[in-house]
Amino acid sequence: MSIRERLSGNEAIAYAMKQINPDVMGAFPITPSTEIPQYFSTYVDNGEVDTEFIPVESEHSAMSTCIGAEAAGCRAISATSSCGLCYMTEMLYVAASDRLPITLAVSCRALSGPININNDHSDAMGVRDTGWIMLFAETNQEAYDNYLQAMRIGEAVGLPVMICQDGFITSHAIENIELVEDDKVKSFVGEYKPAHYLLNKDEPMAVGAYATPVYYMEAKRQQAQAMIDAKDVIRKVGAEFGQMTGRSYGLIEKFMMDDAEEAIVIMGSSAGTAKQAVKELRAQGNKVGLVKVRSFRPFPSEDICDALKDVKAFAVMDKDDSFNGHCGPMFAEVASSMFAAGVCGPRGISYIYGLGGRDVRVESIQKVFAELEQIASTGVTGETYRYLEVRE
Amino acid sequence: MSHLAKDMTPQVTWRDITPGCNIYEGGTSVTVETGDWRTERPVVDFAKCKQCLLCVPVCPDMSIPVKDGKRGDFNYFFCKGCGVCANACPFGAITMVAEEK
Repeated sequence: MSIRERLSGNEAIAYAMKQINPDVMGAFPITPSTEIPQYFSTYVDNGEVDTEFIPVESEHSAMSTCIGAEAAGCRAISATSSCGLCYMTEMLYVAASDRLPITLAVSCRALSGPININNDHSDAMGVRDTGWIMLFAETNQEAYDNYLQAMRIGEAVGLPVMICQDGFITSHAIENIELVEDDKVKSFVGEYKPAHYLLNKDEPMAVGAYATPVYYMEAKRQQAQAMIDAKDVIRKVGAEFGQMTGRSYGLIEKFMMDDAEEAIVIMGSSAGTAKQAVKELRAQGNKVGLVKVRSFRPFPSEDICDALKDVKAFAVMDKDDSFNGHCGPMFAEVASSMFAAGVCGPRGISYIYGLGGRDVRVESIQKVFAELEQIASTGVTGETYRYLEVRE
Repeated sequence: MSHLAKDMTPQVTWRDITPGCNIYEGGTSVTVETGDWRTERPVVDFAKCKQCLLCVPVCPDMSIPVKDGKRGDFNYFFCKGCGVCANACPFGAITMVAEEK
């Protein structure tokens, strides 16, 4: 029987870490992820895990610690947020290109400035091209479940994995949660058995080589293939997790999309708010639906096209602005996926929302659907680059 | 699929290259071609060469082999075409010519 508990998202992540009992944690605190290494250090101090807990002087060093440990043949983890993630950026590229399946918990938070500690996705979106698999959670339960699947996914394709949740909204809010029993976690996650590792006395090894122009691009093409291959691995691991727990996962989640004429694409905790908005509108007879993106990297382009191909109008909700003068980052991904697949019928708009913790309410999402209904009925898209709930 | 350093040649494909260009053996500096990015190659004219060997110690990559007190032809497997040897030669015996692939 699964264990019923009440945990914050950060506690749930720390608990998953305890159940997995990884070899090394590189730790540096930053709001709102600080609780993760804090809870975990308690487990270390109590002797509940045998993890080598390495408190370092910066996030750059925390990720460097993970890189060294993972290359040595260990399972390495860390946690961070906001500018901490920015400060890791250089090493995030190294982790991915050295093909080290490190697991990083991210409690997403806005970036300065103005200085702000609340939630949006600008930290995660800023590192979206570093080569990490990125899974986003709507709830505490999903944050926990994603974490239990992370190592299986990352180790299968040789890529590091970011487990993202919304800072404070899920990281600090306490929710009911179903935990998986320790023995089941252990057998699901399994042992890490890398083919090559630095501490193998029978095989000398060099990690982090210099590659001249005749080699570099082949290495990157191979890295790109790992990300392509990750799509199926995420689906398979999500299905297997479902067999164990009853909670299955794919790259996206479709909510009331079957005959939807207007849809929104959204990621993270606001998907919960948006589902309520969809339910209320459906009760009024509106044909609306929602697509929740779970895997931002790899981006589920085929699934998105399939989900949106028959809608009249859609909005992509971005909790970050690319400041490119025309759209948010996920809108760019969705629109390019559809255009490349020849899906050009639906009219799409980009909404920037929830920056720096700006509240997103059910009514906020319903405003978006009202705009979409207008677009669907008139065929006039109007301004495609919009801000939600900003004072005019 | 070989992951030996000797097979990581400039012809290796993206499917066969080692992940992250990692290397799984020691002492590979002699087996891996590092002269692939040369744009100019030094050419020695042995008619002008006095075997003073001033070029040998200035080579940053030991690409001038010496046997029985005499230098031989360049080892282009490692030579990066820096031209230091040509500059050091007092007799104009080494000229840099454009590398052609």
